[in-house]
Amino acid sequence: MLEIMEGSHAVAKSVGLCRPGVIAAYPITPQTHIVEALADMVADCSIDAEYITVESEFSALSACLGASAAGSRVYSATTSQGLALMFEVCFNCAGMRFPVVMSIVNRAMGAPLSIWNDQQDSISLRDSGWLQLYAEDNQEAADLHYIAYRVAEDHRVLLPAFVCFDGFILSHTYEPVDMLTRKQAESYLPPFKPYHRLDAADPISFGLFAAPDYYMEFRYAIDQAMKQARSIIPEAGTEFSEMFGRDYSGLTEAYRIDDADCAIVAMGSICGTVKDAIDEMRNAGKKVGLLKLRAFRPFPEKEVQKALAGVSTVAVLDKNISLGSKGAVALEIRDALYGSQITVLDYIIALGGRDVRKKDIATVVASAEAGVGDLFYGLREEVLK
Amino acid sequence: MKGDEAACVLFDAGHRACGGCAAAMAARFILEAAGKDTIIVSSTGCMEVFSTPYPETAWNVPWIHSLFENNSAVASGIVASLKKQGRKEKVIALGGDGATFDIGILCISGAFERGHDFTYICYDNEAYMNTGIQRSGATPYDASTTTSPAGKCSYGNPRPKKDLPAILAAHGAPYVATASIAYPPDLKKKVEKAVNTPGPCYIQIHAPCCTGWGFESEKTITIGKLAIETGLWVNYEMEEGKVTRVKKVVRKPVEAYLTEQKRFRHLFKPKRNDAEIAKIQAIADRNAEKFGIDIKLKA
Amino acid sequence: MALGLGCTARPGKSRENKTGSWRVFRPEFIADKCTKCRMCMIVCPEGCIGEDAEGLPVPDYDYCKGCGLCAEECPSEAIEMKKEEK
Repeated sequence: MLEIMEGSHAVAKSVGLCRPGVIAAYPITPQTHIVEALADMVADCSIDAEYITVESEFSALSACLGASAAGSRVYSATTSQGLALMFEVCFNCAGMRFPVVMSIVNRAMGAPLSIWNDQQDSISLRDSGWLQLYAEDNQEAADLHYIAYRVAEDHRVLLPAFVCFDGFILSHTYEPVDMLTRKQAESYLPPFKPYHRLDAADPISFGLFAAPDYYMEFRYAIDQAMKQARSIIPEAGTEFSEMFGRDYSGLTEAYRIDDADCAIVAMGSICGTVKDAIDEMRNAGKKVGLLKLRAFRPFPEKEVQKALAGVSTVAVLDKNISLGSKGAVALEIRDALYGSQITVLDYIIALGGRDVRKKDIATVVASAEAGVGDLFYGLREEVLK
Repeated sequence: MKGDEAACVLFDAGHRACGGCAAAMAARFILEAAGKDTIIVSSTGCMEVFSTPYPETAWNVPWIHSLFENNSAVASGIVASLKKQGRKEKVIALGGDGATFDIGILCISGAFERGHDFTYICYDNEAYMNTGIQRSGATPYDASTTTSPAGKCSYGNPRPKKDLPAILAAHGAPYVATASIAYPPDLKKKVEKAVNTPGPCYIQIHAPCCTGWGFESEKTITIGKLAIETGLWVNYEMEEGKVTRVKKVVRKPVEAYLTEQKRFRHLFKPKRNDAEIAKIQAIADRNAEKFGIDIKLKA
Repeated sequence: MALGLGCTARPGKSRENKTGSWRVFRPEFIADKCTKCRMCMIVCPEGCIGEDAEGLPVPDYDYCKGCGLCAEECPSEAIEMKKEEK
């Protein structure tokens, strides 16, 4: 049933329908509406979860790690500085193979302090071993949580997952969202079956240290699980599509790309603006398309190669910057297309909540066609003097 | 083996602790008291490292190590999960003094304030031993460590030990106790009491470290007893914030304890430092007065 | 053999590490002096002193590190530390 909902509330409701046994979270803008809504559900007994009001994000994820080890489905949500405070635990959850699912309401990293959107926070955790899924709109943000749990908890994967969606742009925006019913959610996402757990009846030691004779093998195992997820995410997405009619069968999603000369590559809410801009450019006779990345980890290398095989120019919109290098997405795209004749240009855009409009997308495309790229887009003139 | 067979099995031989290690003794005593239906949440530290080099584990109860500073947050999650599942295992968070007094205190404070039903046990060997004997908030006054070394213008650690039991009692912990590996039955009674008391309980175990403090491996218990007999360590229990039981002693001068350990050697060699020894004696005197530990001998 | 997922292990494996090889001094138990008080069994950091049918201590030299705590704490001086001959 379609409901007009704030993004945060759509996500909170979906999370409730995923039936986590333990929720641990610490408030941070712009994530707060999610954890408040979940607290309401717990207070009203509309979901049956233990809700731990921890004293920091570091403890939020640590508590999730413990609860997951004890055999519960767990949930947390954070953003930006909060995610940075979780850094150490993020690597631990992945290394210990606990399928924690966490919403990342994407926000810029300080300094300077900014509560507004870009994707520097989750992208900075790209090497931590978490699956990273990015949503374009509130519907996708809500739906990806079911898929994230399915994939994370799959015994062929067993890795934690971020479901990322843009702060304020999605989290605080009302859109019509089609919510699953409880029955639908239960039929898609069965109860959590831990691979193993802390249990006095069958004692296991978790989190041993690995000397040089073993450490690399455990890192290899995580990487293998990530690569395995490249097929499990589409599998879970396809099943979701078949059951509920919304298509998440791909790690990527292409928009009017088949005959395009220039392709834009982007993640998250900016894709909506890009699609509208493409329609206008198409009407004006420009052959432009979009490749949206739904998964950033695992990186969909093969899908990218296939989707971009026919274009001559790629313009990557990076809502992040690996300072001293380039945007993280552009680096991956260049790597995927290495050896081809395709030009890949990088545009650092929309950092710290800077607004992006259709005309900006048209300007980026014009720049790409002129071979001008690898730049910060839309800077104030005075810094360039 | 009879009575202690189960306990020996719960914390197994083959671990890589130094000979004479008090932390290894503590692990055994804790499990003897808590029993097999116990989940141990360990911090990074000596005990974690010497007991779990992959693929070997000395723990025959469910055991988890995540990070240095988060064992009580991990324990919070475990307790919540057990509650949700209707399971009855006891949860013990176990950490050294660095993990407890310093880097983990945020997580401990949060977990105690929230009132989770678990027991936090600190094995207190009064410095960061795993990394090579650096000072912590639990290092006593004037102890020479690798980061508070005695030198031409230093008498060792310049600060007294943090009073962590009082801090946790102030959180409303229903049961707080100090114990020593030198008195195993007392230690075990306290662990048993803590794990059977609802809510967050705290036990701080004095765990003399022959490697870090500088004494022979067979003297671990001797040193533990001297700490108590000199008043530099007090064994007591606090229930609902009030001291309810204290081990009383016929006190010896602090030199009896200090002279047995290399970490205090600079107070006696090359020449005796009466002024500093007097300051340490004053710490023992204050402990004695505060807890009323002195047994008055009849003249 | 597959590795324990996420660096996990099941009990029992630490016994493969025979710490008895560390020993420099060896505790010798003198049955005549033993009062069967069990102090040595209590204090052994390895937990590797068992007892026979008569209640006399039986050390497991596979794990005894020779720390000397048992001898030091024995109230009846029934344990002597002797230099290990290798």
